[in-house]
Amino acid sequence: MHSNPCHLEFDVAPYRLSGVVYGTLLNHEPAIASLGPAAELPPYKAPAKAPVLYIKPRNTLAGHGDAVVVPADAPELEIGASLGIVIGRTACRVAPEQALDHVAGYTIVNDISVPHGLFYRPSIRFKARDGSCPIGPMVVPRSAVGNPDALDVRVWVDGALVHSTTTGERRRTVARLLADVTEFMTLSPGDVLMLGVAADAPRVRAGRQVRIEIEGLGQLDNRLVNEGVPQ
Amino acid sequence: MKKARVAYAGAIHEATPHGEQIRLADGRVLEQGEVVWLPPFEVGTIIALGLNYADHLKELSGELTVTAKDEPLVFLKGPGALIGHNGQTRRPADVAFMHYECELAVVIGKTARGVKKAEALQHVAGYTVCNDYAIRDYLENWYRPNLRVKNRDTCTVLGPWFVDAADVPDPHDLQLRTLVNGQVVQQGHTGNMVNDIAELIEYLSSFMTLRCGDVILTGTPEGVVNVHVGDEVVTEIDGIGRLVNTIVGDEAFGR
Repeated sequence: MHSNPCHLEFDVAPYRLSGVVYGTLLNHEPAIASLGPAAELPPYKAPAKAPVLYIKPRNTLAGHGDAVVVPADAPELEIGASLGIVIGRTACRVAPEQALDHVAGYTIVNDISVPHGLFYRPSIRFKARDGSCPIGPMVVPRSAVGNPDALDVRVWVDGALVHSTTTGERRRTVARLLADVTEFMTLSPGDVLMLGVAADAPRVRAGRQVRIEIEGLGQLDNRLVNEGVPQ
Repeated sequence: MKKARVAYAGAIHEATPHGEQIRLADGRVLEQGEVVWLPPFEVGTIIALGLNYADHLKELSGELTVTAKDEPLVFLKGPGALIGHNGQTRRPADVAFMHYECELAVVIGKTARGVKKAEALQHVAGYTVCNDYAIRDYLENWYRPNLRVKNRDTCTVLGPWFVDAADVPDPHDLQLRTLVNGQVVQQGHTGNMVNDIAELIEYLSSFMTLRCGDVILTGTPEGVVNVHVGDEVVTEIDGIGRLVNTIVGDEAFGR
């Protein structure tokens, strides 16, 4: 069994997570640019205007230190390092200028996917595997975090740095994303909204130890293991 | 056995039918209109099917490139979209095509992982009715249909009753229909699902663990038409329930 990040406690309201986790697809300008002209062609026909969101359901939730199973039908998994925005106050139709007032704090999300290159249909089979959303190791209150749009993000595999980005270069900053999302769906205290994964997310095989580090938020460690191997 | 969750006199209660009235677990008998109806069970992961009725697939074929042979079109919804029976759903002023979808909702009752079709129905606790609104104006071709279309506040209506699986001898022999202001606008039969309930549980549990309270919204048949502010929309499945909803405008939400 995976540990549930809802058991994480932190010192500001709402003190724990709700277990509702939303992801944001293609919010990193270099990732959007890497699609090139394909974004204008079928099946997409045009770049997305609204935020493209998805859900990491409760079966995906895992904690710091949990093993992540690499399913038998996927030789490697994509490690999606994302800033996790933890909602502190009910957020409905918030203006960008007030958006950060609704944030309790930030955490690290490892949004793990079975790699897929087509984003036309919601990819539940690729995004909702058991244990594919480790969150942690803690929630850091907003007051203790600097500019959330300029934090260093690093991914290490077996101690080697494999990916180094920041939370910047986003189509939508943290505040803008909160404004655009809460225009049509209310976010509740303890919900997590991911800012989104950067371009060229690393792919990792079973047997490897993954560490995601976000400046000021600590390090989230998880080992990838083969399906069926006793843990 | 049918049960509902309602808010009344300062608390949330379980309620059962009592003739035309309802009876709270504590013995109080009330008119149906005296209570606020909530989704009838504690809702876990909300799993929705698109294009799961052969007739609806045909209806939308002009704008689609899929066929019934493709992998099931599955998307997820968050808890914020949910409302109960007799609720209000917002229609934004700037949209041209917003429609209801009458769906049989299948509630999981026992953890399911790697379940085969033959055993799948043993994992079903019961059923309810869902009206899963969509606003087609907001469709874009990225993780389509995306949350702006299908995960809007007030746009997923569940209820009124949770009906035990034991009381539904064949979930694939149910008539479903939608009435707008009393006129039948959508009719179908749960026997026409492209992927039936057992196949859906086998498919989903092949890659994710389903748990008690997770709900599968099994898709809608043909006959989706635009709704307007003031419309009363009734989605109804024989033996399961009659779910009433009213469309309201932006003014009700201070917009």
